[in-house]
Amino acid sequence: MHTLIALIAGLGMLVLGFIAGRITESRHLRRLASREQALSGMIQCNLRSLPQGLHVHGSFLVLGSAVIATDYFKTVAAGLRNIFGGEMRSYRSLMSRARREATVRMLEQARENGADIVWNVRYETSTIQGKRSAGGVEILAYGTAVKRS
Amino acid sequence: MIVVNTEYIPGKKIVAIKGLVQGNTVRAKHVGRDIMASFKNIVGGELKGYTELLVESRREALSRMLSQAQELGANAVVNVRFATSSITAGAAELYVYGTAVTVVDAAPAQG
Repeated sequence: MHTLIALIAGLGMLVLGFIAGRITESRHLRRLASREQALSGMIQCNLRSLPQGLHVHGSFLVLGSAVIATDYFKTVAAGLRNIFGGEMRSYRSLMSRARREATVRMLEQARENGADIVWNVRYETSTIQGKRSAGGVEILAYGTAVKRS
Repeated sequence: MIVVNTEYIPGKKIVAIKGLVQGNTVRAKHVGRDIMASFKNIVGGELKGYTELLVESRREALSRMLSQAQELGANAVVNVRFATSSITAGAAELYVYGTAVTVVDAAPAQG
């Protein structure tokens, strides 16, 4: 009886995770696309030095970060993938969403402060582990914002 | 105080290196946030509580680094780097470091 309840609960979480996860992911991707569109005038690069002849002024540091949680379905799918090996597609989309979100936040901060170029962009990734196995991934994007003069 | 993560500042000239400056903070999330987060682990999505906490803590670490730079008499910090490490489940250390320098305006043609 207990195993049956556990099985049903597990299946319920799997279905809930799959549906809710899909909805949040597609919503997030839509939001990201429109925000990225709005930021398309900004230049970002990870160059250590600006090309000669490009005159800029007003340097300041910009940061953007996002912590994105996995859903239950992704966790189970990744667990299965761990047995057979291969690319974990469910986690790949999670990472790229988090990275895009962090990038967009960094660029928005730069634009709000009047900059149009962000250079020497660096990314950092860390896993967030809660006490009750609440797992997520944090992506930090940072760079130096300047204004073209 | 100018803070950048690049090796130089366009339009400025570094005239003196004051030394390495750093700031850190170790933060834990409170239980309520952990419970919210474990619920989020079923449905997915952004953990806003954690994002805010990390942004706040990073600001704290940055301000500690800046006060060190101020004590050294610097007017800019260049080549800033961030590092994050989880110490135990539920706590994270945020670390930021850079080089404190003194800068002056460069000749305008050099950009």
